[in-house]
Amino acid sequence: MDMNCGNLKKNAFRMTKKRGITASRVRIPGGHMNAAILGQIQHIAETYGSGEVHVTLRQGFEILGIPFEKIEEVNKALQPIIEELHINQGIVNTGYSSSGTRNVMACIGNRVCPFANYDTTAFAQRIEKEIFPNDLHFKIALTGCPNDCGKVRMHDFGIIGMTEPQFDPNRCISCGACVKKCEQLSVKALRMEKFRPVRNTDRCIGCGVCVHTCPNRAWTRSKIRYFRLTLLGRSGKKNPRMGIDFIKWVDADSIVKIITNTYAYAAQYIDPQAPGGKEHIGYIVDRTGTAEFLKWAMKDVHLSDKAEVYSPLYWNGIRYSGLK
Amino acid sequence: MGYQLRTESLRKVFDAWSKEYNIYAPKIFEGTGRFSETDVIRYGIVSSPEEIVWDQRSEYSFKEIIVPICQTLFYFTETQIKEADFPPKKAIIFLRSCDLHAVKRLDYMFRDNGPIDYYYEKLRENVKFVLIGCEKSFEDCFCVSMGTNKSNAYDAAVNVKNEAYFFDCKDEYLQKALQESAVSKISVAVEYVTRNSVMVHIPEELDSRVAASTIWDEYDKRCITCGRCTIVCPTCTCWSMQDLFYTENGKAGERRRVQASCMIDGYTDVAGGGCFRQKSGQRMRFKVLHKVLDFKKRAGFQMCVGCGRCDAICPEYISFSHCVNKLGDAMREVKENGKK
Repeated sequence: MDMNCGNLKKNAFRMTKKRGITASRVRIPGGHMNAAILGQIQHIAETYGSGEVHVTLRQGFEILGIPFEKIEEVNKALQPIIEELHINQGIVNTGYSSSGTRNVMACIGNRVCPFANYDTTAFAQRIEKEIFPNDLHFKIALTGCPNDCGKVRMHDFGIIGMTEPQFDPNRCISCGACVKKCEQLSVKALRMEKFRPVRNTDRCIGCGVCVHTCPNRAWTRSKIRYFRLTLLGRSGKKNPRMGIDFIKWVDADSIVKIITNTYAYAAQYIDPQAPGGKEHIGYIVDRTGTAEFLKWAMKDVHLSDKAEVYSPLYWNGIRYSGLK
Repeated sequence: MGYQLRTESLRKVFDAWSKEYNIYAPKIFEGTGRFSETDVIRYGIVSSPEEIVWDQRSEYSFKEIIVPICQTLFYFTETQIKEADFPPKKAIIFLRSCDLHAVKRLDYMFRDNGPIDYYYEKLRENVKFVLIGCEKSFEDCFCVSMGTNKSNAYDAAVNVKNEAYFFDCKDEYLQKALQESAVSKISVAVEYVTRNSVMVHIPEELDSRVAASTIWDEYDKRCITCGRCTIVCPTCTCWSMQDLFYTENGKAGERRRVQASCMIDGYTDVAGGGCFRQKSGQRMRFKVLHKVLDFKKRAGFQMCVGCGRCDAICPEYISFSHCVNKLGDAMREVKENGKK
């Protein structure tokens, strides 16, 4: 049996334990889809695979037990899913054009969740369109608010929704609910002074708990959507670590620019000897130094005056003994 | 006399009225909702008929125009007091039948219940009311049960149909501009609903013994005492006084009154640290019985007007009307227990 394993993987099929058997990896950007896709996945699984499907950790489906000889047919069967999800594709009916960059993940966001500060699905889909197809190993995740249900700090780019609370003293009845809830659920950025809440702007993380809590619309959300961008978290064998704060109060356009800039940086500096052409960005940055990374990442990025860029950037995480 | 107007001609009427009056009506406050990217419908100043939300109930009532959320009464120094200025313009308020009945409750509280409240009167005397006819009932409305589905106590009234506006007008001032811009003169009967999907029955035999019922207990856990139900209520009038000192020596500042709520912490706090109603269920009991029992004993008519706003806004899905409908069973329960 002859199979170009590199091409197989690039085409979003997995090498499995069983010779001649693969699995089709279906990405769902932002984890949001029309239920009809479930029927299509069921059809592929039952027609070409073993009938089993694995729900992946990155909000996709892995259709299991597909023999190599069925790959072409499976790719054709995947076409309606690829089109429905607006996946950028090279040639029609040939399945996915790449699999290096991982599915852009998102929590359920403000289409459903009362706490989310933005439409995570829409932003995930926007990023999807900007970065795919791409073979570089990037992990991006979005979460609606600083609760971080999306665990975005485990990703190269973590996008956390923020809002800048706006206060209208004429609607405040001094009930103190915002102050209490900020203390209980968030960072204690509010205190009562002369019958009114006062916000410590340095401490505030823009979670929106005060807005959600206010019974009389004295606290409302800013018209502009803000984010906290976290950087270069990772799991893995060498030095697993949480992503650290990079920019607080950053806007969506700047985030997209920083991510696409980082692709250019990674293409330039990736280890040519990297196994399978795959190297986490974080390890590239460890090698080139943060300054060089920032030079590339921030090219033509125009942050607003509100944005706070953290400096210096320093990652810690797990360091195994004897490993540099 | 009745008048038919189109949007264009009503806009001219609004322009004319706006010279002397602020026109208040339910409108959309974009992006100010509790959840991100959601709007709030509440009262604000409008300059054209298109700004008005005609087909939905406002989440917050008209109340805040004549019973302000936060009203500075006067400013003080060591030796002097200066009364705060009242709004330079008078007010025209667009509201529905239930709310017009609520005005009667507010009037009772501030005009008839003891001496006339000066600060209320100064705002109230400058208001004209335009009744919005109700073509259909909204979710949670129970005006028919409360007898507030119809009202004649308006200065003008309007039915709205496909960008055509049909006014009935009793007030001379309002009439002038309407007459000038009207497309035609016709007789107009104000629309009102004759049934709601929610029906409420307040038992005749209801008395204060019902306070001992166990129906209140479930609210201990369900209610979060946020006070939204009372804030949106067009008939709740409680307030607190706040003396705000501008300076560190505490000799200059302002006194203001701010809406308060029997549902919110602090309302029953007394000197020495006592608190009469700590549990949510006790606060719910107080509120419900004030609305359907105590007020009527004093005023002779029901307080609640069945607008349904308290039900619609409750983040915990606690329904006032549902609770009122349990009062019959609650009375039977306390009577039974009394016999034992």
